[in-house]
Parts: sequence; structure tokens; C-alpha cells
Amino acid sequence: MQYKSLDVLENVMVAENIYKLTLKGEYEVKPGQFFMLKSWEDEPILSRPFSIYDKGEDYISFLYEVKGKGTEKLSRLKKEDKVKVLGPLGNGMDVSRIKGKVALIGGGIGIAPLAYFAKKIEADVDIYFGFRDEVYGIENLRNKELFITTKSGRVGYKGYVTDIFNPFDYNLVITCGPLVMMNKVKRICEKTATPLYLLMESKMACGIGACLVCACKTKDGMRRVCKDGPIFKGEEVVLDA
Amino acid sequence: MLEITLWGKKFKNPVIAASGTFGFGREYNELYDVSVLGGIATKGLTLKKREGNEGERCYETAGGMLNSVGLQNPGIDYFIENELTFMKSLNTVIIANLSGGSIEEYVKGAEKLDKSDVDIIELNISCPNVKEGGMNFGIKSKVAREVVREVRKVVEKPLVVKLSPNAEDIVDMAVSCVEEGADGISLVNTFKAMAIDIYKRKPVFKNVFAGLSGPSIKPIALRMVYEVSKAVDVPVIGLGGIRDYKDAIEFMMAGASLVQVGTANFINPFACIEIVKGMENFLKVQGINSIGEIIGIV
Ligand SMILES: Cc1cc2nc3c(=O)[nH]c(=O)nc-3n(C[C@H](O)[C@H](O)[C@H](O)COP(=O)(O)OP(=O)(O)OC[C@H]3O[C@@H](n4cnc5c(N)ncnc54)[C@H](O)[C@@H]3O)c2cc1C
Ligand SMILES: Cc1cc2nc3c(=O)[nH]c(=O)nc-3n(C[C@H](O)[C@H](O)[C@H](O)COP(=O)(O)O)c2cc1C
Ligand code: FES
Repeated sequence: MQYKSLDVLENVMVAENIYKLTLKGEYEVKPGQFFMLKSWEDEPILSRPFSIYDKGEDYISFLYEVKGKGTEKLSRLKKEDKVKVLGPLGNGMDVSRIKGKVALIGGGIGIAPLAYFAKKIEADVDIYFGFRDEVYGIENLRNKELFITTKSGRVGYKGYVTDIFNPFDYNLVITCGPLVMMNKVKRICEKTATPLYLLMESKMACGIGACLVCACKTKDGMRRVCKDGPIFKGEEVVLDA
Repeated sequence: MLEITLWGKKFKNPVIAASGTFGFGREYNELYDVSVLGGIATKGLTLKKREGNEGERCYETAGGMLNSVGLQNPGIDYFIENELTFMKSLNTVIIANLSGGSIEEYVKGAEKLDKSDVDIIELNISCPNVKEGGMNFGIKSKVAREVVREVRKVVEKPLVVKLSPNAEDIVDMAVSCVEEGADGISLVNTFKAMAIDIYKRKPVFKNVFAGLSGPSIKPIALRMVYEVSKAVDVPVIGLGGIRDYKDAIEFMMAGASLVQVGTANFINPFACIEIVKGMENFLKVQGINSIGEIIGIV
């Protein structure tokens, strides 16, 4: 974990309200790990967590949706602006150990970390990405098995990813997206006892495990999303949704 | 230049990481060598392990944040067995923040901590009193008195009482705690506050209220430290919204012998060391030989 000020190489809009930010820096990052980013001085006071979306030898990139003050400020970044970056953080997954067939199930901006899983997993992968209308974040996935759903029917299957995904086909499922979607995926996988990992989200303050504001309820009590997660086993997480 | 000795303990500098914002020092020690700090206050410890609050625990506000962690901690025994040895190896002053839900719980916890290797016990009275319908021990001087009196009986180590800014009368509260045997006063804890989710038409937090901290509370915290320092003759530890060395110097000029830094660690993970360096530089530039010279000069 390091705290650095990095140069913006690129910050482009890839869909309505969705941007891709690329920073110059050399890192070793596991899929599912994230960074705390801050491109402003005074307000907001806290950094914001973003998952690794893509990485090269001398850059890291993020895919983010503009939601509030912080992401709005990120969206205004231009080439050569500076971003303060703390990371990589969180457990991440050692994907080289994965055996068998994997399904990645993402909804909305939750697809961002999964795109990096898809890039790194050497085992056989099927990708299920669900969107409301516009499709984004799939530029690195052209040669993969990719199933797209949209609520509007604009692209791919009209409906939800959980309508078309069959857990019987997989040895492992990894999911990230809205709680309602992850909850559905969890119930589907429980029926077939298919091993599942969830990427959890929470507000964060320190991002490194010291303040305990990012709690995830599990069967063993409260765990820290930023340090013990963000990846949790399906059977250990207690979802309230 | 920044060194200061209080209660027989030598602080390398007056900067202490505040309770609940620094865990047990492990995480920040991965970022920088935390032994450069004057001290570390642990997460609030209770007799038994606590899971803390469910639901939202953090909400950012203008110049600050609300938190509702609910004293999640592994319990005093676990702390002594699994965290304290590591903390002592950090070679800085270790302050155990003692929390509780009843006087008996405080006393039992205090007994255990007093026998342990912690340097100082910081009694956190900003905790809901389970028997009194959840009313904070730190609101009424009469209630706080009882806790401090009982805990004092079993504590030989230096005992610092950490005040809530929600106290009915902060000066009376401080004087009462000192009369009951407090060796020092630290203030302030978080301000009782709230936020509402206008779309759900509900409070953001399950407990409705949460604690406000960060830069936005600084002027009020500073005023309280100033008033309390004038009223008591024990050392005062000042905190509340300290973000840089200038803020820290303000608190010391207001009368604090030591300062604590909380939320600023989230704003800038290197805040504590930058404050130490900034203070040192300030003294040099101002031609001040020892930090003691400025304590309470305002
Ligand atoms: C481990 C992790 C990885 C993440 N990765 C990505 C990513 O790759 N791309 C991306 O677009 N977003 C990601 N997020 C979510 C992202 O951090 C939030 O959307 C962002 O913090 C919002 O900041 P803001 O200042 O724009 O919004 P705010 O003004 O803070 O809030 C706007 C809205 O976003 C919600 N929100 C704020 N912070 C969070 C948060 N940390 N988690 C969930 N909801 C939040 C608020 O409740 C509110 O509804 C991730 C979150 C976590 C915890
Ligand atoms: C996330 C968080 C957790 C905290 N936990 C505790 C605690 O366990 N015990 C305690 O006495 N104070 C606790 N505090 C209060 C701080 O120690 C400090 O008194 C307060 O935040 C004001 O200082 P600041 O503005 O520098 O943060 C906590 C504060 C925060 C933000
Ligand atoms: S954000 Fe502080 S512990 Fe996770």
C-alpha cells in the first residue's frame, strides 16, 4: 500500500455519466482490489473508493459512474492533472488458483472490477453483464463469452442477467452490482450449492481497516469491507436487501 | 524541542492519534513508521467484545463526517492478549480508551487495563448508559462523577477523562471529573448530530443520531479546550477537527498540553506526521525553544 500523487493520462466519457480514468503509475494489483482516490483539496474531505478496472505496465485505470460531489469532481479531470491515490487496498483474489468454469455476473457500474477479473482469469470464463440501457466497459472483453442484458432491450437480452444465468454450468461465480441483483444471484447459487464470491460496497473513511465504518455483516460478525473484503464468500455474507 | 513529559510518561511530541480513527496502530504502521508519534489512543475498548451498529455507519457532511460505529471492538481481554504486545513494540505512549455501558462494566474493564502494560487509561464517558435508557454518561456532571469516582478507586495508572462536547456544562463537567480524581482531561469527543435521507424520508442512521467530527467542529472544540484549561489545574489534551499543524498550535495556545488527531487521518493518511513536522518547523521559524513555552499563552 502506498500513498502517491499520480498524473492523469486520460479521463474520457464512455457512456452517459460513465467515465474511464487512467493514471500513470506502476502497481501490482489483484482483481477485486481497489484504490482510494481524491482529486480535490477541501471538499469533500474524504477520498472515494474505486476498483481496479484495467492495468498495464505503467498505468492503472478506473471506470466510474458520476453519483455525487466526488465523482463529479473526478469527471472534470484533464490530462496531467494530479490525483492522490492510496492503494492497492482490500483482499483481492488470487485468480491463478481458480479451476473449472467461472461465471462473472455484473450489474451497472458493478461490472468495473469484473472486467479486470475477466482479463486475469486464465480458466474458462462466461461473462454476464446487465445494464439499464447503454452498454459500457466491455472494450477488453471482445474475445470472451459475453452475455449482455438491458432492461430497455436496447442491446442483447431484454431483462435481467439473473433471468439467463444458469448456475449448474459453473464451478465458481463472482458477482458485483446492486444489492438486489447480488441477493438474487446468491439465492440462485445457494440452490445448486455453487461456490459464490460477492464484491461488497460500503461508505469508507480510512480505506485501510482502522476506522470500522465500512462494516459488512457476516455469519462471524461484522467484517471490514476495505480490509477483510471487498470480496466475501457467498455463504458468509448476511444480506439485508 | 517537541518533547514533553506528563504523568511520568515521556511523549516524543504532543501529537497523539485519536481513539477510533487509528485502530490499534497496525494499519497506519503499514503506511509509515507510527513510532514517530507522541502516542496512540486505542479504539474504544469494552469489557466484552462488541459488534457495533448495523446499517449505515458513515455520512460525510460539509467539512466533517458523522459516524455511528457503535463501539465495535474485540473486548479488553482480546486486546491485552493480541494487540497490546504489538502496540508496545511501537515505542510510543499507548493510551487505552475505556468505554462501557454501566459503572460495573467500566470498573471491571479499568481493573484489567490497570494491570496491563498500557501507559495511560483514557476514560470515554461519551457512552450510552444502558440502565438510564441510553442517556450518555457524559451529559450530566453528577452521573460522570460517579463513573470517575468508581474507576479511580481501581486505577493506579494515569487516568484521563475524555469529555463529550454534549455535556450540559463543559467547565463544570471538567472540574467535577478532576475533583473525583482525574489526572487529566481530554476533549472533545464527537457532537451529537443527525442526517436525513430525503428520498427515503428517514434518518440516515438506524440509531437516528450519530457523532460529528472533523474540521467543522474545530472552533467549538477550541473554545471548550480554552475554557476548560483555564478552569482545571491538570493537563488537558485538546482535540476536535485538528487538520494541520496550525490547528494543533491553536489548541496548545488555548491551553492543551497534548493534542489528538482523528478525522484528519482519513483526509490525509499522513496527517499525524505532517503535523509533527509542521509544528517542529513552526517552533524553529518562530524562535521558540520548547513547545512548553506556548502552552496556554492565550
Ligand atoms: C470497494 C469499492 C469499490 C468501488 N468501485 C467503484 C468503481 O469501480 N466504479 C464506481 O463508479 N464506483 C465504485 N464504488 C462506489 C463509489 O465509491 C461511490 O459511487 C462514490 O464514492 C460516490 O462518491 P460521490 O462523492 O460521487 O457521491 P456522494 O456524494 O458521496 O454520494 C452519492 C451517492 O452515492 C452513494 N455512495 C457514496 N459513497 C459510496 C460508496 N463508497 N459505496 C456505495 N455508495 C456510495 C451515496 O449513498 C449516494 O447515494 C466502489 C465502492 C467501493 C466500496
Ligand atoms: C470513526 C470514528 C470512531 C471513533 N471512535 C471513538 C471511540 O471508540 N472512543 C472515543 O473516545 N472516541 C472515538 N471517536 C472520537 C474521536 O476520537 C475524536 O474525539 C473526535 O472524532 C473529534 O476529533 P476529530 O475531529 O479530530 O476527529 C471516534 C471518531 C470517529 C470519526
Ligand atoms: S474504511 Fe475505515 S475500516 Fe474500512
